[in-house]
Amino acid sequence: MSDSHPRPRGRLPPEVKISGKIDRTKPQKFRFDGRDYQGFAGDTLASALLAAGVRLVGRSFKYHRPRGILSAGSEEPNALVTLRPQDAHLGRREPNCRATVTELYDGLIAESQNRFPSLRLDFLAVNGWLGRFLTAGFYYKTFMWPASFWEKLYEPMIRRAAGLGRAAQVGDPDDYDKTTRHCDILIIGGGAAGLMAARAAAPSGARIMLVDEDFQLGGSLLAASPTIEGLIDGLEAGAWIAKIESELAGFPEVTILRRSTVFGAYDGGTFGVLERGEDHLPTPPPFTPRQRLWRIVAGRAILASGAIERPLLFGNNDRPGVMLAGAMREYLNRFGVAVGAKILVVGNNDSGVYTALDLAEKGMKIAALVDMRPQLPPLLHQKLKEWGIRVELNARLLDVTGGKSVRAARIATASGDSVKIACDSVAMAGGWSPNVQLTTHLGDKTVWDKTQAAFVAKLSQDGRLASDKLNMAVIGAAKANISLTETLRDAAKQGIESAQALGFKLNHPIQAAMISGGLAMNPSATAEIEKNFLPNGREKGKIFVDYQNDVTSHDIDLAVKEGMVSPEHVKRYTTMGMATDQGKTSAVNGAMLIAAAQGIDVAALGTPAPRPPYTPVALAALAGGQRGKHFKPTRLTPSHAWAVEQNAVLVEAGLWLRGQYFPREGENDWLTTVNREVLTVRHQVGVCDVSTLGKIEVQGRDAAEFLERIYINGWKNLPVGRARYGVMLREDGIVLDDGTAARLGEDQFFVTTTTANAARVMQHMEFCHQVLWPQLDVHMISVTEQWAQYAVAGRHARAVLRPLVDAAYDLADDAFPYMAAAAVTVMGGIEARLYRLSFSGEMAYEIGVPARYGDDFFRQIMAAGAAYGICAYGTEALSVMRIEKGHPAGGELNGICTAGDLGLARMMSSKKDYIGRVMATRPGLMAENRPNLVGLLPLSPGQRLKAGAHLVAQGKTMIAEHDEGYITSVAFSPNLGHWIGLGYVNNGRNRQGEAIAAVDYMRGETYPVEITSPVFFDPDGARLRGNYD
Amino acid sequence: MRIKCPHCGERSLDEFSYYGDATLRRPEVNDQDANLLAKFTDYVYLRDNPAGQHQELWQHQFGCRAWLVVTRDTNSHLMTEVTAAAQKGEAA
Repeated sequence: MSDSHPRPRGRLPPEVKISGKIDRTKPQKFRFDGRDYQGFAGDTLASALLAAGVRLVGRSFKYHRPRGILSAGSEEPNALVTLRPQDAHLGRREPNCRATVTELYDGLIAESQNRFPSLRLDFLAVNGWLGRFLTAGFYYKTFMWPASFWEKLYEPMIRRAAGLGRAAQVGDPDDYDKTTRHCDILIIGGGAAGLMAARAAAPSGARIMLVDEDFQLGGSLLAASPTIEGLIDGLEAGAWIAKIESELAGFPEVTILRRSTVFGAYDGGTFGVLERGEDHLPTPPPFTPRQRLWRIVAGRAILASGAIERPLLFGNNDRPGVMLAGAMREYLNRFGVAVGAKILVVGNNDSGVYTALDLAEKGMKIAALVDMRPQLPPLLHQKLKEWGIRVELNARLLDVTGGKSVRAARIATASGDSVKIACDSVAMAGGWSPNVQLTTHLGDKTVWDKTQAAFVAKLSQDGRLASDKLNMAVIGAAKANISLTETLRDAAKQGIESAQALGFKLNHPIQAAMISGGLAMNPSATAEIEKNFLPNGREKGKIFVDYQNDVTSHDIDLAVKEGMVSPEHVKRYTTMGMATDQGKTSAVNGAMLIAAAQGIDVAALGTPAPRPPYTPVALAALAGGQRGKHFKPTRLTPSHAWAVEQNAVLVEAGLWLRGQYFPREGENDWLTTVNREVLTVRHQVGVCDVSTLGKIEVQGRDAAEFLERIYINGWKNLPVGRARYGVMLREDGIVLDDGTAARLGEDQFFVTTTTANAARVMQHMEFCHQVLWPQLDVHMISVTEQWAQYAVAGRHARAVLRPLVDAAYDLADDAFPYMAAAAVTVMGGIEARLYRLSFSGEMAYEIGVPARYGDDFFRQIMAAGAAYGICAYGTEALSVMRIEKGHPAGGELNGICTAGDLGLARMMSSKKDYIGRVMATRPGLMAENRPNLVGLLPLSPGQRLKAGAHLVAQGKTMIAEHDEGYITSVAFSPNLGHWIGLGYVNNGRNRQGEAIAAVDYMRGETYPVEITSPVFFDPDGARLRGNYD
Repeated sequence: MRIKCPHCGERSLDEFSYYGDATLRRPEVNDQDANLLAKFTDYVYLRDNPAGQHQELWQHQFGCRAWLVVTRDTNSHLMTEVTAAAQKGEAA
């Protein structure tokens, strides 16, 4: 009956009746490894390759063994290909894609990986012969001698050989999107169970999301046939799926996501879902994201993710042609592909029998059914006889022969004799492992189920996870190896109960769908799997456990022998379960081998928890739209528009864009412009936008007391109308920030911070107030964004501001001296604030106006200053001048300096406690030889200094023990005519005048510098007070 | 994941930033105390790492800016109690 016209490998003719989801009216051309083929709409790349007779699709990770397609789903460990290699220059080449889940489209181009020069002839297959030296943990035992060879030869060699596909070298050009969705019930998996649960819950009106990773719904029903699985409510599986789909479409609160993988379970009922919306198109349509990342927050989840079939352990169980039995049925029934011409079916449960019968019914030749059990259910045995299939009971498969394709199999019969059977394919029915990886993501452990020989989720009576972290029910094959009838009943029940538990009503709950006919009425028993499971020692060839990482049973034995007892250690030592499939097809086999090697029970051992993501997620998807300039917001200063009009060169200062320098006609390099800006400020006047510095209003009866507790210096005695420089420490005694604060009223202070620390200081103040001293009557608020603030500096500063500040305010030197501060009005009544502060060292003011007037007011200043030759100056010129004056800034406030290091020890009050005071007295922070802030001069006049160079005593070698400090900031001083720098030198204040070597390994320079005072210009501060002579 | 801010109600975790142990008390500063530096060193550096109930500080950074004391189980991540730190401090 079965031998008459055995089918060749490839696509079945259309006459053969299959439930089939391919559309033969829509051919799709594709290319693999340079050869052209054709498939149909509805194919995956894997099914189309198998239809074309292509079995060799890759080379394994370590041994470079020829590999074929093992499965029909996302658990695929072998068929990893590179997609869109032709678009590598566009950044669309994608490595390590599973051909089994790659939807075929017209024009698809794919390449195999990890082989040179070709898939058929791979030079690195020599690794297979070196197998003895490449066992688990080989890199701990080899490549050790000579030591120098490691860095020069071994490591680069191993690095080049490692990995599978090659990453793109160009940025991803496509758009990605992220979104958050709340729902009542999240159903994970759109197979029989998921569809039934959704259909049962839908009429309640609950918001339901049904998510499936495939582009077709149906799960394992897509592999079903009426003879085996029967009819569902009188319909073939395909028709029932379509019916439920169309019914679900009628419920507005039901959302179905196809091509979407629930990749992770997170706290608070949150799930990560990757929707690969446009990957099946050659190029995403414009304005469409290629993929979308969903953050779904669900009231309750229902896990209907099915089960994954286990491979069997025999010699060379990785040869092309060896495939999971259920996958063979899926290629047959869903895609109409005969994966082999003569198939040996081997199994330890009824799935093997179903496979043999199903294939035989479609005309495929079955070499034999090798069943490890002593007997079969009578009905099934009867059917096998009817088809004339050779059955070997109490038998096992020892090994297969064939290099790039299976040629024959060697079995051990019930009597123990070894028999060779010619075949070109092997279907493995090793039993089903419930796919419960999501349940372990939050730390819950699975438990061993002896009858199923699988790790299952721990459930309570009502089918829900016994977990305090995850509100999830488990149904269908994900729960246990139950019949389809029971699955549908359980799914309907859970769907209804979930809706009702969330408060939704179901007046006429529907009945579960009914199965009629079929052979698979009862769950297939997998009795005594453990007994039959292990290799018996007669196998020839490598027995693979983890295909993707090339881990064999020998590796596991070796690991246990070398003392790796815990599965966690075996995992990391052998890398079993660590690949992108996270042990989907290796966990159980591996666990049983580990247990057997130690002579203990698998249940006691457990298995390492798989980690999210369930399948790989592109980084671009995690970023979504937050890329490039959209990663964070850009903050613009009030004078930004004016700066852009001037073609200013802008610089990123954190999130801010600031004017770095303002080049004019004829200025060809930045140094020319910056020198001009500095000289203009020092000889005439300049204006700089300093709005980015943090500004905080601190108000209340206890405002001064509050500042006393935060700063090292005092505030209570600061008169109203004056500003003061302050330094604040962290509680560990290290400087946190510095800035000026102005007292605008008895109970009102205006505090400024550095640009970089604005948010940190604000948070620090709020912490101190709310957590440490909630009893203080003080309030604070950030007003950084609210005030435009400009520094007007130079001998003409007062003259420039005079016409802008309303006449009622006396700006004469005695009325508004250095460090005065007051609320004023400008431009005829606009509220403003004026501070006589100077960062540049010139006579200077900072003037603040409400930010909405910022643009106009800046232009007013420029206009008022025209007669005095005013220029705008940017961050570069600002930096030159503050370095000339020895003012510490970002480079000096390095997170490890104390107030003493900055030369500000005298500011530390002894009359009060403040944050950091006690810890600043730690001996290490008060040591004599601590780094002090000093000035540095080049010893040869033209020598350019560069920040970052480290300082070492002349003549000493630059090693850590001799390191005496480093250069923190440098500038070319046009006022002095040479480069200057600030830096830290151990005990620097007592080494003035000493020459020291600056060693710069990064730029390959060494030059001598002289230690000097950090104040290079106007050390008496005459200019600050307006004394220009 | 959400935190129930006492001022703003249930808000997404994104709006909050985590600080650390809320049970720490800044030592009383008494310069006569020979152990003052040791007490401050513990305060700044030493932390318990309990498996189970933990009281910790979060700030509602992108909301009302309140510092909050949250009781959270470090195993299950379940947050059972949220109070404003300022209120707790004033009561203490």
